[in-house]
Amino acid sequence: MVVRALKDEGVKYIYGYPGGSLLHVYDALFQQEDVQHILVRHEQAATHMADAYARATGKAGVALVTSGPGATNAVTGIATAFMDSIPMVVITGQVMSHLIGEDAFQETDMLGISRPIVKHNFSVQRPEDIPGIVKKAFHIAESGRPGPVVIDLPKDMTTPTERYPYEYPQHVKMRSYTPITRGHSGQIKKATDLLLTAKRPVIYAGGGVIMGNASNELIELAQLLNFPVTNTLMGLGGYPGTDRQFVGMLGMHGSYEANMAMHHADLILAVGARFDDRVTNGTDKFCPTAKIVHIDIDPASISKTVQADIPIVGPAKVVLEEMVQLVNASQQRPDAAALHAWWQQIDEWRQRHGGRYRTDDSELMKPQQVIEMLSKVTNGDAFVTSDVGQHQMFAAQYYKFNKPNRWINSGGLGTMGFGLPAAMGVKMNFPDDEVVCVTGEGSIQMNIQELSTCNQYDLPVKILCLNNQSLGMVRQWQDMNYESRHSQSYMNSLPDFVKLVESYGHVGIKVEKYADLEGAMREAFALKDRLVFMDVAVDPFEHVYPMQVPRGAMRDMWLSKTERT
Amino acid sequence: MRHIISVLMENEPGALSRVVGLFAQRNYNIESLTVAPTEDGTLSRLTVTTIGNDRVVEQITKQLNKLVDVVKVVDLSEGEHIEREVMMIKLKASGQMRAEIKSTCDIFRGQIIDVTPTTYTVQLVGASDKLDAFINALGSASIMEVVRSGVCGIARGEKVLSL
Ligand SMILES: Cc1ncc(C[n+]2csc(CCOP(=O)(O)OP(=O)(O)O)c2C)c(N)n1
Ligand SMILES: [Mg+2]
Repeated sequence: MVVRALKDEGVKYIYGYPGGSLLHVYDALFQQEDVQHILVRHEQAATHMADAYARATGKAGVALVTSGPGATNAVTGIATAFMDSIPMVVITGQVMSHLIGEDAFQETDMLGISRPIVKHNFSVQRPEDIPGIVKKAFHIAESGRPGPVVIDLPKDMTTPTERYPYEYPQHVKMRSYTPITRGHSGQIKKATDLLLTAKRPVIYAGGGVIMGNASNELIELAQLLNFPVTNTLMGLGGYPGTDRQFVGMLGMHGSYEANMAMHHADLILAVGARFDDRVTNGTDKFCPTAKIVHIDIDPASISKTVQADIPIVGPAKVVLEEMVQLVNASQQRPDAAALHAWWQQIDEWRQRHGGRYRTDDSELMKPQQVIEMLSKVTNGDAFVTSDVGQHQMFAAQYYKFNKPNRWINSGGLGTMGFGLPAAMGVKMNFPDDEVVCVTGEGSIQMNIQELSTCNQYDLPVKILCLNNQSLGMVRQWQDMNYESRHSQSYMNSLPDFVKLVESYGHVGIKVEKYADLEGAMREAFALKDRLVFMDVAVDPFEHVYPMQVPRGAMRDMWLSKTERT
Repeated sequence: MRHIISVLMENEPGALSRVVGLFAQRNYNIESLTVAPTEDGTLSRLTVTTIGNDRVVEQITKQLNKLVDVVKVVDLSEGEHIEREVMMIKLKASGQMRAEIKSTCDIFRGQIIDVTPTTYTVQLVGASDKLDAFINALGSASIMEVVRSGVCGIARGEKVLSL
């Protein structure tokens, strides 16, 4: 029934790992061909693969893990998806119903463990409920503000010798769950009027634009109004990275011009963004002169950390569409003179400090150069997944994403080990596209066992390891706040990655000089059907800048090791 | 400020733990919490009293609304409402104290519901501050045990919380 329901839901791939509580389900999988199972090497990777599929397509990914340790191994992946509002259905095996609560072998209370990190969870209590629960799980995961849903499945709910009536529901109706489908017209009108009178506006767009499939509407509105656009870490690609109106990412490691523009704005149009602490810096000093219009599908995201002047609850796509119509229909035009002056100011900021790093003070390659080269070699069109650390921030800052759903990273939870399985999940579903995992020598080792899965399923992803021989992001904080006491942030027993990947049947390339970089990258991408690991030696002392000064305003930033705003 | 939040939710296993878990997870305070099925067996009604500023309470109601099992949420304190709590209190009562306790009981319209030669058990119904006042009036010396139900609330007038 489980497998049939997944098939009826249109699921092509599920990612998982078998175990005692799931043997009936695995036997059912064996006897059909519609739902293909991908065997990972660690359950965390299964959840990240399902999650990345969802990030790339907007549809819920599916992971299947056994009870006890299988389920607890999946917890990090569930939390990762939860923090970034990613639709996912995770089926966890469970011991027989009559054993629940008796500390049976491989029993864990997965409903309890997962409760704070899921949108919802179900426990199957009668086999005939399975189709309905599966349907509801997908509906809940994908609608409204998306999120992961866990289905806990006791083994005796899947006994193959018992037969039950099966009908897969066409629709779901739940009196307690009715996602919002459009915004309040009065509020949208009020907001649009405000947009048309703004003198120093900024559009601040987040992951809601990506997951809400609202990129086209965002571009249309921004270009109609000639407003600057900044993206959050989760929103990159929602607005084209090479467009003149794009001022870069904002926040802790945001661009100088984006953070300055936010601080001095008189109007902020926030779309599908949640005023996260990594964005706002000190909320008491946040954007002192701005009126805030906040569009979000989740009312609880509005006025949570920063008070909105005009809240609009609704899907970004529909609300932005309505705004475009209102602007088009209005007699009033945006204030061209004021906007001209505002753009002059922004361009001056851009000139002064935008996208800048030093290449002269050492012989070593700069990580920024490596990402710029990647952006050039792939034309800004690749799917780029990332791990967590300095390399992630460099990728976010220097890769010019032109399309949505292509930048795939763990923003909310910051999960090291996400990058490789995420790349695999994308490649599986987009075999003809370039998929690159930007990683560090620390992060890659957190799920390196998946090189074996890549071999089994022929997943020719490219891995770009910015090897700085240290937990760079940790070391940067130690440099800045702990007088460079590098406590446990140095790794002096790194494997030879080239040999390591070769032993898994893949190709490894070591790059030590900038002069060799472009050639090596082109060579790697030319090997279409091979996984290539590029181990690139970069300056171990580089820091990520700008970096906001803790608890300051948006404009308070370190711009290099010696300069502050 | 103190708020009384009423929640109508699916009467399903796990629903209560989601509500309680939410309060713990997000660091919201719970003064009291009561829950029981309603006249419609598929629905439970939960009343929680909490203390927080307007912003926190707004977040609490929004977060409660987000729970998939929750059908409706109202902050009763936003309008005219009635609140009641039941308390049973066991008191040392011997000699001349018995008369004294009895008269305090009468003043508060409490009922003595169980008696032994040395104790009284008193039942008192009312708003929470009335129950507090009764406890204060007795003084801690005579109190052996206190059990309170937590607050139940309902809106005044014709307003109802239903499907
Ligand atoms: C699972 C997990 N553990 C710890 C951390 C804390 N952390 C954040 S960045 C970082 C260093 C990452 O090192 P590396 O992957 O080499 O990237 P780099 O910063 O050097 O580019 C650490 C330990 C984390 N984000 N995730
Ligand atoms: Mg590193």
